[in-house]
Amino acid sequence: MRRYFGRKLLIYLLTFFLAVTIDWLIPRFMPGNPVQNMLSRVAVHPEAIDAMRGYFTRAFGLDVPVWQQYLNFWAALFHGDLGVSVYMFPQRVADILMRAVPYDVALLLPAILLSWLAGNKFGAYAARTKWLDNTVLPFGYTLTATPYMWLGILLAWVFGIVLDVFPFAGAYSYDMSPHISWRFVGDVLWHWFLPFASLFLVQFGGWAIGMRNMIIYELESDYSHYLEALGAPRALVRKYAFRNALLPQLSGLALQLGVIVAGALVTEVVFSYPGIGYLLLAAIQNQDYFLIQGCFLFIIVFVLLANFAIDIIYVLVDPRTRRGMTGETA
Amino acid sequence: MKRTFSALSILVTLSMLLAACAPAAEAPATAAPATEAPVPVEPTTAPIQVPTEVVYERSETLYVSGAAWGPPNDWNPFITWSKANTTGTVGLVYETLFMYDPMTAEWIPWLAESGGWVDADTYEMTIREGITWSDGDALTAADVAFTFELGQQYAAIWFSPMWNYLDSITVDGDYGLTLEFTDPLYQEFANNLYNLAIVPEHLWAGRSEEDITGGMNENPVGSGAYLYDTHSEDRNVWVRNENWWATELLGLTPAPRRIVDIRTSSNNVALGMVIKGELDLSNNYLPGIAELSTRGYVDTYFAEAPFMLSANTAVLFLNTTKPPMDDPAFRRALAFSINTDDIVNVAYAQLVAAASPTGLLPSLSAYVDQDVVDRLGYSYDPAEARRILAGAGYRDVDGDGFVEAPDGSAIALEVTCPFGWSDWMEAIAVIATSAQEAGINIQNVTPDYGAWNTALTDGTFDMTLNNWASMSNTPWTLYNLLFRHPIQEIMGSGNFGRYDNQEMFDLVDALAAVPSDDVAGMQAVCSDIQELMLTDVPMIPLWYNGLWAQFSSSVWTNWPTEESAAPTLPTTWSGYWQLGGLMTLINLELTPTE
Repeated sequence: MRRYFGRKLLIYLLTFFLAVTIDWLIPRFMPGNPVQNMLSRVAVHPEAIDAMRGYFTRAFGLDVPVWQQYLNFWAALFHGDLGVSVYMFPQRVADILMRAVPYDVALLLPAILLSWLAGNKFGAYAARTKWLDNTVLPFGYTLTATPYMWLGILLAWVFGIVLDVFPFAGAYSYDMSPHISWRFVGDVLWHWFLPFASLFLVQFGGWAIGMRNMIIYELESDYSHYLEALGAPRALVRKYAFRNALLPQLSGLALQLGVIVAGALVTEVVFSYPGIGYLLLAAIQNQDYFLIQGCFLFIIVFVLLANFAIDIIYVLVDPRTRRGMTGETA
Repeated sequence: MKRTFSALSILVTLSMLLAACAPAAEAPATAAPATEAPVPVEPTTAPIQVPTEVVYERSETLYVSGAAWGPPNDWNPFITWSKANTTGTVGLVYETLFMYDPMTAEWIPWLAESGGWVDADTYEMTIREGITWSDGDALTAADVAFTFELGQQYAAIWFSPMWNYLDSITVDGDYGLTLEFTDPLYQEFANNLYNLAIVPEHLWAGRSEEDITGGMNENPVGSGAYLYDTHSEDRNVWVRNENWWATELLGLTPAPRRIVDIRTSSNNVALGMVIKGELDLSNNYLPGIAELSTRGYVDTYFAEAPFMLSANTAVLFLNTTKPPMDDPAFRRALAFSINTDDIVNVAYAQLVAAASPTGLLPSLSAYVDQDVVDRLGYSYDPAEARRILAGAGYRDVDGDGFVEAPDGSAIALEVTCPFGWSDWMEAIAVIATSAQEAGINIQNVTPDYGAWNTALTDGTFDMTLNNWASMSNTPWTLYNLLFRHPIQEIMGSGNFGRYDNQEMFDLVDALAAVPSDDVAGMQAVCSDIQELMLTDVPMIPLWYNGLWAQFSSSVWTNWPTEESAAPTLPTTWSGYWQLGGLMTLINLELTPTE
């Protein structure tokens, strides 16, 4: 057990190191100078501009050689310091992320978990009902093949503009400030619903299709036939088929996480939902090295943690992995 | 399963509430933001009486949009480049010594009761008595002197170059000030009088350089008509200062109790909101407003074209360090080849007006020498463009329909603007097309903002649009953009085409040193500048970008239009509050409900 997790942890650490390094490198390949962009609209004397450019280049730590910037970056990271945003100067990246992350969690966690649970249940159910299978199958394929952004735009258009029942921008209405009241909570949920729905639907389609196919496969396998031959009730056979079908769905979830997070990012852009995705777009457009780094850091950590959680769950639900670890089977 | 669901929903709701409430919870912390340095600022939390309603009454709230292009980041009046995102920091919270009304070319004494040059090198000023900061302390001449001296102390403050010609600022009693100069740049100084926001010495004196030049300055304490209320990523909320000095001293009270400044996610959202009356004033550029204004869905300053007042000049900068833009004849031919009417009528659907070849805004038309323009001006005339090109040796040698340089080398140029600036993208398409028709091979290209900006300041572009001189009291503001000198490796804020002509630089310097009340003296220098500019055509002013403003009278009325008795600027843009934007708020009235 310890060896298994030790090995996993090492892999995760290595992945983290590489991902963060790439995360640091890529923004710096972009053409242009962020400090210059930041100051470009100050219409004053050239002397003042020079003084300001020098001052802020030093303030952002961009006046030292690149290799040193990289070392400084790691040193700062271990102190929990993500630097100061250029685009949102003088705010600190950590503060900005702290404000945005709850919105991402609020979108991602329910969308991932609910769609996985509901999709699997529904797929299993569809597999044994002919008419449902015939109608749901094409529908599910359409949903899962839909780009997140496209479905988001479609939902915004239908429910936001044509029917005018849901807002399609922001996290809460313009005529209130945050406070604890039913009206405000309702308003927040009302703004949350469409971005959540567009994430949920796409994933739901994928899981439902996957589970439906897995169930059919499992029902055709030897153990199912054997159980049936023994005269086991149909419900019991299906129960075992479902359990076995869940395992690949679980590893599928681990594989899908990156795609889902990317989907959440574009969904936030579509709905102007103030999460990481919305920030990231602005950060890239404004060459904000530090904010880009921070956003990707969050994504990296989120995906790695979620993967780790799935690894643990896998061990819990699949006895074979446990046995494999203790070396009971070859 | 059920338990998972309910646990999950609680989690979601909680995290969202946390997210939404976070800024509000942060706000009433300590008064001093003090990023890092241990600043010995007085621990007083400003006793600002901010009302605490959380759902705003429609009849007390003014909804505006169009100023911010990013989330609010700071309320520091010295971080000038981000002020668009917290428009009102200078103007609503912090105030300036004077205001300037570009509609009437009048100076309005504001924090200063009076001010003037007593001799060529001495400026005397009296601060109005009875002004208080929002924490109750009196605003005196010492605060003004303190603010000016920040520029002397810290080079990274935008007005620090003023100290190249300002020797000293002395306080005379509580309200008198004397400024001593050597060879003052009168034009720049006059400009600073309505752009430099005065801050309270008692709250700023102990701050570090970092904090002054780059601190967030949360919970700003100013002297202005509004107080900071709250903010989030997509809005700023300001609440009226019930103890504002001007209410008592000048009898002025802005009608809206609250101003919610919204950053809409797209211009279409702003358009929908203003039509529905959810937005009272939109200062976004919205294509198609001409049609909506004519049909009466929204109101605009003019009832017909160009519908909008002019705010700044869109200038086509030509990179004069690259051939063939280094040839005045080529530049002049190019000026004749651009179909400005198509830009105005097609790209902008009549929302803008074509610019004078001098580039000066209509509000500065007193400084245009019409005689020079008649002799040397240009307008769309492809035949003339071809004639000039032929005369200067540009011929189509290889028969591809485009001229080659006199030395036979091919000409292939790019005209650029940042991607996503839809109106400019259409405008450069018109420029490219009309130049091609005149035989000049120009393609329109739209890089990302960052790449565009780097090309602009490093001088690697061929030709590009820029409009960074805002409405002003003096033509010097525009010329300071067009002919910024000396030429440096990075031209961060003007003369992007690196037009290097000492004669022109001397003229602009001469203009800067003309006293700002000497109109005839300014006109004389401007005339010389225009003569040289129209002969050499170092850049091509094309059209006036509008002071985009569409408003709805569903809740608030008495908006400024051409029919108003004393129209002010209908804008919330940063830097325009002192140019009449504040007066627009003061003139507003609640629309009577039937």
